[in-house]
Parts: sequence; structure tokens; C-alpha cells
Amino acid sequence: MDVFSSLMDGFATALTPMNFLYAVIGVVLGTAVGVLPGLGPAMTVALLLPVTYALEPTSAFIMFAGIYYGGMYGGSTTSILLNTPGESSSVVTAIEGNKMAKAGRAAQALATAAIGSFVAGTIGTTLLAVCAPIVVDFAVSLGAPSYFAIMVLALLAVTAVLGSSRLRGFASLGLGLAIGLVGLDVVTGQARLTFGVPLLADGLDIVVVAVAIFAVGEALWVAAHLRRNPLQVIPVGRPWMGKQDWKRSWKPWLRGTAFGFPFGALPAGGAEIPTFLSYVTEKRLSKHPEEFGKGAIEGVAGPEAANNAAAAGTLTPMLALGLPTNATAAVMLAAFTQYGIQPGPQLFESEGPLVWALIASLFIGNLLLLIINLPLAPMWAKLLQIPRPYLYAGILFFATLGAYSVNLQAFDLVLLLALGALGFMMRRFGLPVLPLILGVILGPRLEKQLRQTLQLSAGDPAGLWSEPIAVTVYIIVALILLWPLLFKLIRRSRPAVAVQPSVADQPSVADQPGQRPDSSAPGTHHTTDDGDAGHRSTVPHDTVPHDSIQHDKEKP
Amino acid sequence: MTIVVGYVPTPEGEAAFDQAIKEARKAQSKLVVINSSRGDALVDKRYAGEAEIEGIDQRLGKEGIEHIILQPVRGHDAANEVLEAAEAHQADLIVIGLRRRSPVGKLIMGSTSQRILLEADCPVLAVKAG
Repeated sequence: MDVFSSLMDGFATALTPMNFLYAVIGVVLGTAVGVLPGLGPAMTVALLLPVTYALEPTSAFIMFAGIYYGGMYGGSTTSILLNTPGESSSVVTAIEGNKMAKAGRAAQALATAAIGSFVAGTIGTTLLAVCAPIVVDFAVSLGAPSYFAIMVLALLAVTAVLGSSRLRGFASLGLGLAIGLVGLDVVTGQARLTFGVPLLADGLDIVVVAVAIFAVGEALWVAAHLRRNPLQVIPVGRPWMGKQDWKRSWKPWLRGTAFGFPFGALPAGGAEIPTFLSYVTEKRLSKHPEEFGKGAIEGVAGPEAANNAAAAGTLTPMLALGLPTNATAAVMLAAFTQYGIQPGPQLFESEGPLVWALIASLFIGNLLLLIINLPLAPMWAKLLQIPRPYLYAGILFFATLGAYSVNLQAFDLVLLLALGALGFMMRRFGLPVLPLILGVILGPRLEKQLRQTLQLSAGDPAGLWSEPIAVTVYIIVALILLWPLLFKLIRRSRPAVAVQPSVADQPSVADQPGQRPDSSAPGTHHTTDDGDAGHRSTVPHDTVPHDSIQHDKEKP
Repeated sequence: MTIVVGYVPTPEGEAAFDQAIKEARKAQSKLVVINSSRGDALVDKRYAGEAEIEGIDQRLGKEGIEHIILQPVRGHDAANEVLEAAEAHQADLIVIGLRRRSPVGKLIMGSTSQRILLEADCPVLAVKAG
């Protein structure tokens, strides 16, 4: 009952008036940025990071967690009412959700999304509270070689499995790792990539990088594509559900949760794959398959539950291993470092009260989100009427303020602009942003583990595979890299066979990162047209937020 | 002869539109309906949807009035769009709807109708709702 008592202590911390207030601020802000396409929780946390320096770390993280969960709730509102997903994890929701809204069932769609998110979020958070200490117990036995291998896996998986093109993903990862290298070498003190500029010797501040890539890059991108025909919001009253809706929703909620949590927890997780898998599963299992494509409630309930469970899942490796698997978790990890807290398996030991208060606040945040989302969904949709020049002017103001306040030096503003221009170019040329951010944040830690390993083995590269877990992880890495090739070979030898069994039946962790959305998912319901994964979103690409990744069909 | 009417899907806009139809029928003139948005927000309530535009089109067709419906999204404000349309079509009359504005609201946001009233080269007919 150690977990339980720690969690109760966490609730005691999280329910103090100040912390509760920050939880409320967090979920409100999170819902707002979730509703607005293009703004995401990652950008918001990055923008708020400098502002929260004065706060207790616990309060700040309670607010960040609220923003993270709120973003997952808010994304569905825009998906359903506008057919424009506020978040990449809500892309699937738009398929059925918008059809439901057009058929006059917007209220039911919003209700099943909100209640499903609540159910999945609560179960997911419970799983997080139970699993994270177990993962920690396992993780403390890991040595530097295994850590190095797991980080390599995370970086490669996020780059290769998600994203529209591997080449672009790796280009982005390379940029991120290069940015992470700037500064003094930790071991020898040599200056690297500083170009003789003494101000660069300390390295690029992660806040400046994140704010530039997310906020400035997005603002420039929006400025370049400012005008477009306004969309029509589907009017809706207060969300509610009939008895039939409940009956058809509860199973998809639970199944969505079952997909979401493990995928969120895996290094190549993210919320996009499980939402899509959930959609495909519901389509197959539904008693009303004819309704799919015309507004089936299962197609909203499942994916929405999946994305919230994935959000909880993502926090498991982030808190237990110090391993972020999506952009928001990456920025939160950077926030730990900014507060002088060392992320990793020691975190539960050294910062136990903070971590448990954070987990408790997730339960509270979930409940708050249900309360503010269920009756207020139509009000949130009004946010979409804000003229974007006002919105982005505000964001640029905060970005500049934040970047300057980190070190109080004007040079950071130059960096902010330069990296903002980089962020713009990445959006222009379709480079995913996530590998870059992960590269910047994980790169230096990856290097530290590598150097440590090599120091322990006196420079012998064999030290890298001296632990059994490291070897296992490298095999998984090899599988991920070779997967497209293997898949093509299998396909050639057995042209019309359903290659992938249902993912839920696969116990081995090794295969799951290899489950590419374009290979497994269409294969489960129609094997003949493997090229249609790109069609799964009915939404034009430029409306999908750029701070997370889309994973369309990779054209061979 | 040509009449330009600034249309927004609000009571004022509908009143202006009704008045414009009366004027057009009386003068046997062409009607230019203009409904614009700056296009910088994702959702603009003052930009008429497809169904509304179709309704206008059908109503004018039934009345037998020669008409053009314009929906420019160019980042200009509504006053500019109406004035430009009036000039381009050599309008003899502009019909607009007026709504009640507080002095502070006008100070901050400006007033579309005031600009049209002051800057138009032809007579302007301002209509209030209901």
C-alpha cells in the first residue's frame, strides 16, 4: 500500500488552494490551446516555462500537467464542430465526429468525447500510478549502456515510425542533435560548434530553442498563410447522451484505453497510432458498421479515449526513466532540468512528493476537465473567432519576453529569431518538429551515457553491448530500421495475405514499435489497398497542427 | 443603374438586404450583394455560409432582380470592400445596416458604417433592424 499512501500524500499537496488554482489555470489554458489549431500544449508549456520560474516546482508541474491533459480534451471540440483537428491526436476523431455533428448529433459526439476522455484519463492515470514505480524498480538496475540503447531506441523510433518521411525525420533529428551539441564538451571542456562566440559556450538554452521552434516558427508560418475562407461552426447546445449512446460508447472507451496506454508508454508511442488503431478496431467490431463514415458514435468514443490514455501512458517513461516520447513530455522534461531536478529513475526517490502531487493533480485535472468541457464546449468553440493576428501577436510577445528572461541577454533574442526562421523553414519543407526537439533535449543526455559507457570500458566499443538489456534493445532498433524492407519482402512473397494480426494480441514489445500505421492498420481491415493510410484524415494538411507529427503513408 | 448592399447574417444585415430589394425593384436596377471577411480568424460569424448565400440567390431570382453576389476574402475590412465594389460597379446607391455602438466600442474598433457614410461617392441608405 506504499503507492496508495504516497498518492494520498500527493492529493494532500495537490489540493492546497494554491496548487488547486494552478490546476484550474492549467486545464483552462490547456483546453484553450487544444481547441485552437496550430497551438499545442508543447508550445504553451515552453512559453510558460520562464514565467513559472518564480513558482514552486510542484505548482508549475501541476499547471503543466493540466495543460497537457487539457490539450487532449480541447482537440476533440474543434475536430467535431469544425472538422479541423486542434491536435494531431484528434485527427481520427474528426472522421466520425464531424459527420455526427453534421447529422445534428454534435451534442452526443462532444459528450462521448468528453466522458470517454475522462474515463480513459482516470484509468490511464491509475495505471501510471501503479506502473511507474514498477518501471522505476526495473530501471534502477540499468547501467549506462542500457540507458544509451534505450535512448537510441526512443530517438530512432520517434523519427522512423512516426512522421511522413523517414528522410525528413532523420534530417530533423540531425538538426536537433547538432543544436544539442553547441557549447562546451562536458568531459574535456572543449568548445564545440561555438564559432568563437563566447556567448554560445554555455550552449543554447532549451527554452529559447523550444519557444523559437514552436511559437516563433508557427507564428511565421501562420503569417505566411494568413488568409483563408472562414469555416462554419456547427451550432450545438449542451452536450448530452441518450441511453443508446451510453450503451454504444462504454466498450469503445475501454478498448480505446487499452490501446492508448501501452502505446503512449512505448518509446515510439504518441497518441496518433492508438487513436487510429482504436478507430479501425471499432469499425470492425461495431454492430452498426453501416454507420461508419456517416457518423458512428463508436468512432468518436474509441479514439478520444485512446488519446487521453496515451497521454497518461506517455508520462510513465517520462517520470520513471526520464525518457520523453512526445513534444509536450520533452518540454516538461526540460522543465525538470530548468528547476535543477534530475530526471530519471532517481526522480521518484529524490522528488517523491512532487511526482505524487503531479500524479494526483492528473486525477483532479481530469475531473475539472470533464466539468469545464461538458457544459461549456460551445463556448470554447467561440475562441475560434479570435482574429489570428491578435493571437499570434500575443504569442510572439510572450515568446520574446520568455526568451529574454531566461538569461537576460539580448543575444538570446537573435537566437530566437534565427531558430524561429529554422522552425518556419521546417514547416515549409514538411520536416517534423518532434525529432528536433527530442534531439535537442535527449542529445546531451545520450552523449553523457555514451561517454560514461566508454569511460567504464576504457574506450572499448564492446562496452556498449555489455548488458543483456542493451543487446535486446539494439535488436529492436535493428527491427525498426529494417521493418519497411522486411515488410516489402513479405508482401512480395505473399501478395494478398493479411500480414498483421490484431495488435492487441501481440504480447511482444519488440514488434510493437514496428507497427507502422500505414502497414498494420489498413492491413487489418482491407489488405488490397495499402496506400490509403494517407486518406484516413478528411482534413487538409495545412490545418493539422505542426508542433506534432502526422504520420501519413510514406510513399515508397 | 446599380445598387450595392453590404450583407451580414445579422438582423441589421437582413434589414439592409430587405430594403435593398425594395429599392432595386422600384428602380429596376441591378443589385450587387457584398459579404466579406478579413479571413484572419478561423471562424467568422459575419461571413455567410453556403446555405445563406444560396437562400439570397434564390430569393433574388424569385424577385426577378439582376444580381451579383460577392464574397471577397482579401484581408481588407468590410468598409473597404463595400466602397471598392461601389466604385467598380459604378453604384448609384449603397445600402447598409446600422447597429447600435457604444462610443468606446467605436473608438477602439472604428465603425464600418461611419466610414462608408463618409467616404462613399454616391448616396448611402442606412437601415436599422426591426
